[in-house]
Amino acid sequence: MRNRFSWFNATSLTLGFAFLYLPILILVVYSFNSSKLVTVWAGFSTKWYGELFHDQAFMDAAIVTLKVGLASSTLATVLGTMAAYVLVRGGRFFGRTLFSGMIYAPLVVPDVITGLSLLLLFISIGLDRGIGTIVLAHATFSMCYVSVVVSSRLVSFDRALEEAALDLGCTPWDAFKSVTLPIIAPAVISGWLLAFTLSLDDLVIASFASGPSATTLPMKIFSQVRLGVSPEINALSTILISIVTVGVVTTSVLTKQAAVRRKRQEQEAAKQD
Amino acid sequence: MSEDAEKGAVPTPAFAPWDDPQAKPLIRFQGVTKKFGEFVAIDDLSLDIYEREFFALLGPSGCGKTTLMRMLAGFENPSMGGITLAGRDIVPVPPNKRPVNMMFQSYALFPHLSVADNIAFGLKRSDMAKSEIAGRVDEMLGLVQLRKFAARKPHQISGGQRQRVALARALAKAPKLLLLDEPLGALDRKLREETQFELMDIQEKLGTTFVIVTHDQEEAMTVASRVAVMDNGRLVQVDTPERIYEFPVSRYVADFIGDVNLIEGRIETLTKDCATVVWAETMPPITAGLPQGIGAGEACVFAIRPEKVTISAERPPDAVNALPGKVLDIGYLGNMSTYHVELANGQVIKSQMTNQRRLARRAFSWEDQVWVSFTATGGLILMA
Ligand SMILES: Nc1ncnc2c1ncn2[C@@H]1O[C@H](COP(=O)(O)OP(=O)(O)O)[C@@H](O)[C@H]1O
Ligand SMILES: [Mg+2]
Repeated sequence: MRNRFSWFNATSLTLGFAFLYLPILILVVYSFNSSKLVTVWAGFSTKWYGELFHDQAFMDAAIVTLKVGLASSTLATVLGTMAAYVLVRGGRFFGRTLFSGMIYAPLVVPDVITGLSLLLLFISIGLDRGIGTIVLAHATFSMCYVSVVVSSRLVSFDRALEEAALDLGCTPWDAFKSVTLPIIAPAVISGWLLAFTLSLDDLVIASFASGPSATTLPMKIFSQVRLGVSPEINALSTILISIVTVGVVTTSVLTKQAAVRRKRQEQEAAKQD
Repeated sequence: MSEDAEKGAVPTPAFAPWDDPQAKPLIRFQGVTKKFGEFVAIDDLSLDIYEREFFALLGPSGCGKTTLMRMLAGFENPSMGGITLAGRDIVPVPPNKRPVNMMFQSYALFPHLSVADNIAFGLKRSDMAKSEIAGRVDEMLGLVQLRKFAARKPHQISGGQRQRVALARALAKAPKLLLLDEPLGALDRKLREETQFELMDIQEKLGTTFVIVTHDQEEAMTVASRVAVMDNGRLVQVDTPERIYEFPVSRYVADFIGDVNLIEGRIETLTKDCATVVWAETMPPITAGLPQGIGAGEACVFAIRPEKVTISAERPPDAVNALPGKVLDIGYLGNMSTYHVELANGQVIKSQMTNQRRLARRAFSWEDQVWVSFTATGGLILMA
């Protein structure tokens, strides 16, 4: 019954996937359109890709986005990992419940409000808005995502490993550095990637936090689109989609392979008793 | 067996620093209490452990064995009382500064490091010269017979091998004291028994003091020079395995270690060298050695091991204690059989007899009328 082909299943599958991927497919197809008009197909061409790389404004925005992404996700990873560690490992300290609840607040606070409050903060302390403030703003809202990912790993982490490290002569910091961190590294890296993606993706908070000197790619695309969708933007989006797809596919294939290999080695090892 | 050999305690082993009033203990717990909130996990406990001892902490789950051990390792601090190691107060010393290493119940091997790097982990953080570390690691790998597996990661070796890596890692720094928390709990029975002997060999070879935690009484009896029986955060008895088995100080110890028949009664008479216990109106009183701290007329419990109880078809003419009953059940174990004999008042007595004859010629069968008998020194009178 379960494997039987049915019209209902086929239809649901088609509809679901069409819903998800049709918009993206159209965008990708039109990025290879030789016509300037987005809605009229005039033959295959890669000229918009060429033009994109010669458009200085886009390239500048791309560089700003990358810088912001790298800096903010790194900052968020450091802060988020520290927060997760203290919340999971710090034992019971005064206000622990309050803290652990509050760290997740940015997950539910609307971006507009986060952005606005950051803007007010930057103005009131007299910080010049630019790349620096976008980095701070992105780190602020993405560190809670990192902290969620890392603390879920820490919860299942065998505490005895840290105690073994202390027992063998590590100071607490050495134990964290040479035992805890290497073991939770996959979670820390996923946290970093998540923060990086969130930063690449963000339009609202960046718009609030940035000044005239810094424009990120989403801000650039958004402002361009208001003047009309250009094929250049389709090309840019296609590039972004490809990068993300390649990244996701490679990591999942690698993880899968590693899991299979590990399973096989464990089975072989168990036979030796 | 002559009466004398049976009574005159157990032959004292050559190694018995606990009997020597001059001996200085390696570890001394003095009135240690550990509370978790309101819960008292260790209750005013005092204990001496001597150098080169293989000391076992035995008790049911939750009685505080791990807590006691974690206080030695430095992961918990006593709420009250003091702990000294070689005469030095270790309570304020953090775990990484103590000359104590622990083998964890879960082994706690570092999954990202190879077997050799796991063993080298502690050495790299000691004052051992870099050039000597490789040699020491190799020596430890040799000790636990894992040279071939030096480059493997923990998930690439079997459970038994992991257990040995954990042991080698804990021993690599040549600690004054090695703590083993249920080290063999995860192994299957056969491997477990082999490993117990390996552990004893290693302990003897290195002369390190071992403190092992276990809830398996056979394991404690096999490996340890002395056993501490714990109950609810207190020590009930600390003694050699032989004495714990033959001379338990309480009903709890007698019941916890090995198999035992317990008969509740009351002391009827106390003479110069023996006591009688009445325990059922229709039954003759039991004669046994003098109890400690129980007066005439007080309630008591008579404890006797099944192998000290003989069964026979006729009443043995010279038996001090002989009780009639009928065979209820026979448990055949190959080399011996356990007979459950129901006495006239319903009390069931277990008797264990070696099977010197082949099965077909065995003397007793179900429902047979038999006599159970035992000497005056076979059992003990304990407090109720
Ligand atoms: N960190 C802790 N917080 C609260 N209670 C604890 C803690 N550690 C142990 N206990 C309690 O102390 C008692 C003794 O525990 P433990 O020493 O682990 O027992 P054992 O090793 O003999 O099974 C148990 O009832 C346990 O629940
Ligand atoms: Mg335990």
